[in-house]
Amino acid sequence: MKLITAIIKPFKADEVREALSDVGVSGVTLSEVKGFGRQKGHTELYRGAEYVIDFLPKSKMEIAVSDDMVDQAIEAICKAAGTGQIGDGKIFVTNLEQTLRIRTGETGDDAL
Amino acid sequence: MIRELFNSKLIVSLALLVVPSISLAQDLNGANTGWILTSTALVLFMTLPGLSLFYGGLVRTKNVLSVLMQCFAIAVSISILWLVVGYSIAFGPSDSAYWGGLSRMFFSGIDINSMSGDIPETVFAAFQMTFAIITPALIVGAFVERIKFSSMLIFSILWTLLVYFPVANWVWGGGWLGSMGLIDFAGGTVVHVTAGVGALVTALVIGQRKEFGQSSTLPHNLTMSFTGAAMLWVGWFGFNAGSALAADGAAGMALFVTHISAATGALTWMVIEWIKFGKPSGLGAITGMVAGLATITPASGSVGPAGGLLVGLAGGVVCYYATTYLKQNLKIDDSLDVFPVHGVGGIVGTFLAGILVSNNLGVFSGNGLAEGMTMGSQVGVQVTGILATGIYTAIVTFILLKIVAALTSGIRITDEQEQVGCDITDHDEKGYSM
Repeated sequence: MKLITAIIKPFKADEVREALSDVGVSGVTLSEVKGFGRQKGHTELYRGAEYVIDFLPKSKMEIAVSDDMVDQAIEAICKAAGTGQIGDGKIFVTNLEQTLRIRTGETGDDAL
Repeated sequence: MIRELFNSKLIVSLALLVVPSISLAQDLNGANTGWILTSTALVLFMTLPGLSLFYGGLVRTKNVLSVLMQCFAIAVSISILWLVVGYSIAFGPSDSAYWGGLSRMFFSGIDINSMSGDIPETVFAAFQMTFAIITPALIVGAFVERIKFSSMLIFSILWTLLVYFPVANWVWGGGWLGSMGLIDFAGGTVVHVTAGVGALVTALVIGQRKEFGQSSTLPHNLTMSFTGAAMLWVGWFGFNAGSALAADGAAGMALFVTHISAATGALTWMVIEWIKFGKPSGLGAITGMVAGLATITPASGSVGPAGGLLVGLAGGVVCYYATTYLKQNLKIDDSLDVFPVHGVGGIVGTFLAGILVSNNLGVFSGNGLAEGMTMGSQVGVQVTGILATGIYTAIVTFILLKIVAALTSGIRITDEQEQVGCDITDHDEKGYSM
């Protein structure tokens, strides 16, 4: 099993969720986060002065999938979240040791 | 017209010197009384909740309640102080050109039949009380997010006692500046120069916030600030048009020029930001509005409608550059820009009143200079008024801050408390539980 963590533009969150559903992903965790990468920050006005905002709002999606689903899921995210502009985000993939469904006690792929 | 108004204030004050107020009672004018009662409510509305919301939205989430509380605590304390001694010092009958004495302490001698001109004295006193409330509340903008609540309250009370009440007497209560012929219809010097200079000195003494100049100090809720700013605009009709102390042509003209100046100030600030940054900001628009209102305040009883346009334009431009210069160049953390908006606006408006009062300016003419005054002599009086109130305020504010610091072991919360925020530090509660 793998844990896919995708940092994406907030306005793309719905499209990414739909694309993941289409390839068979059955659960996603979404958080509102802030950060910066190559896009850097932006400026805000305060009474005739510009202030640099270092951290931009982003959405973080965490998706646990079985090993055979990883490529499909990543492809779906890239397709749905991409705009071609700087700041589209990043995807991190990490190994997932165990998954457990609290209600039934199922573990592993059965719990996904 | 303006001269007549000043004279009527002077006559009332002088008459009070020799005879008990009740014996000079004119017939009560119901229209005038009704308008000043309304204006009293409008001006209180400027502080509660207008200014409180305007300021509250401009600070960070962790300090919003402390700002609301500071404005509220000032309103209640100054109301009591007004009853005890404030009205007497500002408007009591006395031979002195510097204060009104103590004979009206606790409204002594004032009853249901006492008159001030052709309105009840209680109505006049309540109207003036709302000015005494908003003036120290304006200074809150200079020290938000880092002052101890105890220091704030003691300072505000002493400051109003020793700066606002005497200066109100000098200009409006029969004191020396009013006698000299200073044009200050609704408080360019009495309210805005004193509050602005008081704020500047306080900001210098208390020092910058820890995160001054960083984006983390940006306003937490501009929706709140917009709401408060709109209330200030409406309330200002009572502030300026109410200062006619009558429901007459002077009140109507004051209301109209006030409105034009507010709109011009807002538009001016928007255009400057639009040109400089490519976008007009909402906060810029409402700040320009306040600048236009502060600037027209002293001049609202003497300029014409087109004059109001010039006053608003001057207020918008000068206050804009004063704000950016003070914060970006001088790095003074007058956090909510009280001096560059109110102080500078009050100075510009008081100065311009001496020019735009003239009735020889074509479409920009005002109500005409007082008898015996030339434009030069009037401007001289205006500058005297600005300097006298500004210098007096600066000195007394500085001394008071040192006294309060000694009384409360420093006026500033610790760095750790500043990090936590004034809501928890000063009040053990939060504006928002989220």
